[in-house]
Amino acid sequence: MKYASKKHHDVVFFCIIAFCYQTTVYMINRNNSIILNVIFLICLVFLFPNNIMADSDSKENIDKEVEEKFNAGELIFDHILDTYDWHILTWKGKHVSVYLPIIVISEGELYCFSSKHIHHGHQYHTKNKHGDDVTFYIPEEGQYEGKVVRLMDDGSRLRPIDISITKTVCGLLVSCTLLIVVFLLVAKSYSEREEKAPKGLQALIEPLIIYVRDDIARPNIGKDYEKYLPYLLTVFFFILLNNVLGLIPFFPFGANITGNIAVTATLALFTFFITNLTGKRHYYQDIFNTPGVPWWLKFPLPLMPMIELIGCFVKPFVLAVRLFANITAGHIVVLGFVCMIFIIGEMSALAGAGMSVFSVILAIFANCLELLVAYIQAYIFTLLSAIYFGMAAKEEH
Amino acid sequence: MELITPDIGLLFWMTVAFGIVFFVIAKFAFPIINGMLKKREEKINDALELAERTHKEMEQLQADNEALLKQAYEERANIINETKQICNSLIEDAKVKANEEKDRIIESAKASIEHEKMAATTEVKNQIADISLKVAEKILAKSLDSDKEQLDYINRLLEEIEENNN
Repeated sequence: MKYASKKHHDVVFFCIIAFCYQTTVYMINRNNSIILNVIFLICLVFLFPNNIMADSDSKENIDKEVEEKFNAGELIFDHILDTYDWHILTWKGKHVSVYLPIIVISEGELYCFSSKHIHHGHQYHTKNKHGDDVTFYIPEEGQYEGKVVRLMDDGSRLRPIDISITKTVCGLLVSCTLLIVVFLLVAKSYSEREEKAPKGLQALIEPLIIYVRDDIARPNIGKDYEKYLPYLLTVFFFILLNNVLGLIPFFPFGANITGNIAVTATLALFTFFITNLTGKRHYYQDIFNTPGVPWWLKFPLPLMPMIELIGCFVKPFVLAVRLFANITAGHIVVLGFVCMIFIIGEMSALAGAGMSVFSVILAIFANCLELLVAYIQAYIFTLLSAIYFGMAAKEEH
Repeated sequence: MELITPDIGLLFWMTVAFGIVFFVIAKFAFPIINGMLKKREEKINDALELAERTHKEMEQLQADNEALLKQAYEERANIINETKQICNSLIEDAKVKANEEKDRIIESAKASIEHEKMAATTEVKNQIADISLKVAEKILAKSLDSDKEQLDYINRLLEEIEENNN
């Protein structure tokens, strides 16, 4: 009970941080606040994981006690974090899951097997090309908790290069397929309905395309905007689609894709590389020899260039963290409200029933908010990318 | 900590998946969509411009029509005036001519009357002479005896003629 309530505190604590952060972000979102993002990240790094670690200390003592207890933190993190199987539902105490393939490269050799073999601590034995035994399993504690590791002969763990089709990858593939299909269909209907009014899917997508083109790309990039438009459109629709699909709680949607730091980091890296590879002379001059700055800030100590250079890397970093934090926080808030029903329900069935009405209303509210966030975050990411491209593409006056 | 540590596998898959999506959209979908959007925008712009131009032309046409109508009215009024003037002058001319003709006719009638009168007088004179001659003949033929008787007779004859003439 003690453990459960502590976890509960964690979730509530995180919810409060997330909510405060989101509200603040709403108010000043347009001003690309780096400081706030950094503060939030510090909160995440120092406060939250510490609490989890504190939990795991006392975990062993009370583990058996709370085995049957509902664990909100675990449920939420099961959703937020990546897993090797896709849990669909639990029916009469049995888990219905889709087991996804595990692909690992260890010592230059590729191993590929179903995650069915290694779930719940089972070990998967196979042989490498030399005929030696190779064992994989997922440790439930320690440094590599929840990740596939190779058990070496001396009992140590070795983390192989892991390119498994995890839940997030699977959801990513689903949404990417959907995105490609949608865009090809729309392109097809464009070429079929030449110079006619848009219809169907085309009519749904077209306002957004025109919005990205006329309100995001053109005013922020300038005359070179068409070069960057395919990327901006892809990014906008990718984020929007994944944000919205992440809110659908049914298989094969609902994977937390844009709430994963690796996904947002990749998007930000794309923006970073496109910005810096298409940067014109003027862009680099602004970084290394900023005009309008007193010379003693550049020489002998190149203070200003250093700051500018750091800014180059901070920009995509902030992009990644903003998207990740917003979506993750949103998911946690929605799940937190839902979990409240069960937490209260464990104390008293009646209170749980009463709580459910309240919780569902709050969860619906949070979901609506998330829809808004889904759009706003797609917009912000695209807008900021466009602004960075605008800086890169700026010509000398 | 796992929450904020990017996973290598996911980075790899994300790069692959997003790269493919980006490539497909940029290569196959975007050119068509962008091209068609531009085409359609141009078409709409053209249509709007055409409408604007047509509207202006219509206005111009209407103004022209009005001017034309005004001109036509003026011309009609002018024609009517002119006609009236011509009409009046014709009437005047006719009057003058008629008067002249009348005068001429009267003159000629007078002249012819005079002429006739002259002719008649001449004839009468001739006849008188003739008659006088005949009378003279008769008188001569009768071989008048006495002068007195002769004179009476001649006077009587002359008086008769006079009376006849009157």
